[in-house]
Amino acid sequence: MTSQLIKGKDIVKDDWVITELAETEQVIRMQAGKVVAFKLSGEDYPASKQVKETIFSDTGKVLLPLKVFMLHQEKLKERLANEEIGIWFSTHEEIHKFTEAIGDLNHFPLIAIHVEKFADGRIFSIGSQLRNKYNFKNELRAFGDVLRDQIFFLKRSGFDSYLIREDRNAKDAIKGLNDFSDPYQGASDILEPVWKRRKR
Amino acid sequence: MYKYDHIDQKIVNERVNQYQNQLNRYLNKELSDEEFRPLRLQNGLYIQRHAPMLRVAIPYGLLSSKQLYKLADIADKYDRGYGHFSTRQNIQFNWPKLEDTPNILRELAEVEMHAIQTSGNCIRNITTDQFAGVTDDEIIDPRHIAEIIRQWSTFHPEFALLPRKFKIAITGSSKDRALVQCHDIGLEFFINTNNKMSIKVWVGGGLGRTPIIGSVIKNELEWEHILTYCEAILRVYNLYGRRDNMYKARIKILVKSLGIEAFKKLVEDEWRYIKNGPNTINVEELSRVKKYFSEPDYKKDIKNNLKDHGSNKAFNQWLSRSTKGHKKTGYRAVTFSLKETGCAPGDASSTQMKAVSTLADAYSFGEIRVSHEQNLILADVQEDRLYELWIKAKEYHLVTPNIGLLTDIICCPGGDFCSLANAKSIPIAQSIQDLFDDMDYLHDIGDLNLNISGCMNACGHHHVGHIGILGVDKDGSEWYQVTLGGNQGNFASIGKVIGPSFSAEEMPVIVKKIIEVYLNNRQKEEIFIDCVSRIGLEPFKNYIYKDSEVTK
Repeated sequence: MTSQLIKGKDIVKDDWVITELAETEQVIRMQAGKVVAFKLSGEDYPASKQVKETIFSDTGKVLLPLKVFMLHQEKLKERLANEEIGIWFSTHEEIHKFTEAIGDLNHFPLIAIHVEKFADGRIFSIGSQLRNKYNFKNELRAFGDVLRDQIFFLKRSGFDSYLIREDRNAKDAIKGLNDFSDPYQGASDILEPVWKRRKR
Repeated sequence: MYKYDHIDQKIVNERVNQYQNQLNRYLNKELSDEEFRPLRLQNGLYIQRHAPMLRVAIPYGLLSSKQLYKLADIADKYDRGYGHFSTRQNIQFNWPKLEDTPNILRELAEVEMHAIQTSGNCIRNITTDQFAGVTDDEIIDPRHIAEIIRQWSTFHPEFALLPRKFKIAITGSSKDRALVQCHDIGLEFFINTNNKMSIKVWVGGGLGRTPIIGSVIKNELEWEHILTYCEAILRVYNLYGRRDNMYKARIKILVKSLGIEAFKKLVEDEWRYIKNGPNTINVEELSRVKKYFSEPDYKKDIKNNLKDHGSNKAFNQWLSRSTKGHKKTGYRAVTFSLKETGCAPGDASSTQMKAVSTLADAYSFGEIRVSHEQNLILADVQEDRLYELWIKAKEYHLVTPNIGLLTDIICCPGGDFCSLANAKSIPIAQSIQDLFDDMDYLHDIGDLNLNISGCMNACGHHHVGHIGILGVDKDGSEWYQVTLGGNQGNFASIGKVIGPSFSAEEMPVIVKKIIEVYLNNRQKEEIFIDCVSRIGLEPFKNYIYKDSEVTK
């Protein structure tokens, strides 16, 4: 099977293993068919029981849920120094609650953001904040419901790798990176707006 | 007006290709309905009752004669020979075929037009005063910044999939005609005490099912920071706005639930690290854009030449209602009414559009504006040519002298076309226009805004109509709820419901009763809305419901 991972402008083999959160019996509240998990509601997500029960590999490059990393932070120091530890979180989680405890985010060679639904545009602002507010310089990856028509925007919001949804062709999706050649506004990839870049 | 350079043109051309490809993938079943939906919406394409509806952007309501002619052509070639001008200064085609839409966009691109972000959960068309640049009460021409914001917001990567739609309006006049207090972001320009162009920023206003007047988030923002400040507001909204319930997803709900102070703090925290960043506008860019909006070649040395035509009462009525004072001596701004009795408000036939295009070339430097009241405007007409213009425009049914009067109804397409609507709105507008077809009576009633929406999404701005009519669905049939006392402009307010709703048949008579109460109570020269504010709702309620065995 060919890889679903686009990194930069190429399709490459993925050498990271994503650690999923432990299955939980926690009731997920639904409203109109959608998961209710607001940043504003103050609900704890994922639940601490779920975080505790999550198991991950002792070796190799592992991508850990943010809160699982926080729980095991002390004993992961050496692996972190060996660039074996990345973190991932979902669009409704808030990184700013943890940045102080983590210190420099650039200890992570990879941060990945999970987007559950195509229409969830929070992922773009999260990318922008990671790049511009927290100065994260390493690989920033989108995974989940990631399709061709988002990735131009993801790239402009600071992402540089994209794990395309399994049932879609990454070779087709990669074309989305070139939808527009000279965008108007400054953003995370091209910082200057077009009127500063070009003679108009 | 703004003219595309190669950069603008390339973006629009690339958009057509991108959309064509998206549509192909949809037709080849590589994209599901659900996946195609946000993509087509961001290109103004709705799936409606009869056929898709395509909404084309008219940035801040400004059109060249060539563009209007093209719209007429498109109406003939791909639609049924007419278009509908909307309350957000755009135009909608109700009958295009899905397969034709890329070709329509290709034709639009030829005249520097597009349908980008006319729908969907993104930053929509920037709207402003239809009299920008010509009105005598103007402080700053809002079109310069409107164009800069248009470019900044076009395919803004971070705000492509917001919790809900996002609308920005700008005014540069002491008298607000752009409804800035009823938008997600409203920008009110002024000159500060250091003689610098500044902006009062409103946030979280809106109509829809939860009408709210916006709050001031910043009293004085220096103009060069407008993009970074909007970016901070939008980032907070994008991250924190509700996404579980589309009826609670607008920024107004977020601002209300946090309170303006807490919301402002989040915005200021975001702004701190991007303020003075790359998107800060510089003087060079402002001047570059500004020169496109320089004054047309007005005739010098012409005198005031406003004269009525003796006993030609129809012309004189038109002159007083449909033309407006101009900053240049000897000129007036002319509004063509798209509200003739018997026509759907805001609809224009291709014949009318072509006629207006030709008249714009002959009388008004080849430019046309669309107002949020859904009329068309020639902004720069010489006073001594008004009579001539009136004669010619009359032939095309464009001179109904009802601008600002009861029959100048703002109305959404309603249940006849829109799949969201609970009730029809156009037939209600028509039945009211039929009842009030005596021009003398209408002029005697004077300034009055009557707005009709077919559902609580409020595309017809019923909340801010002096008289507002809202279509509601009860037990599967259509009813109409009436509000009084809504207002737009600097003293915006939300109308209050007078009581139980009415059937479609009752509506014209109810409006007539409202007018009777006003005429019986008004003091000399007192306009309708002022009278309502003074006497309150009770006299209206008492009279309207006194002997009706209350309907529903």
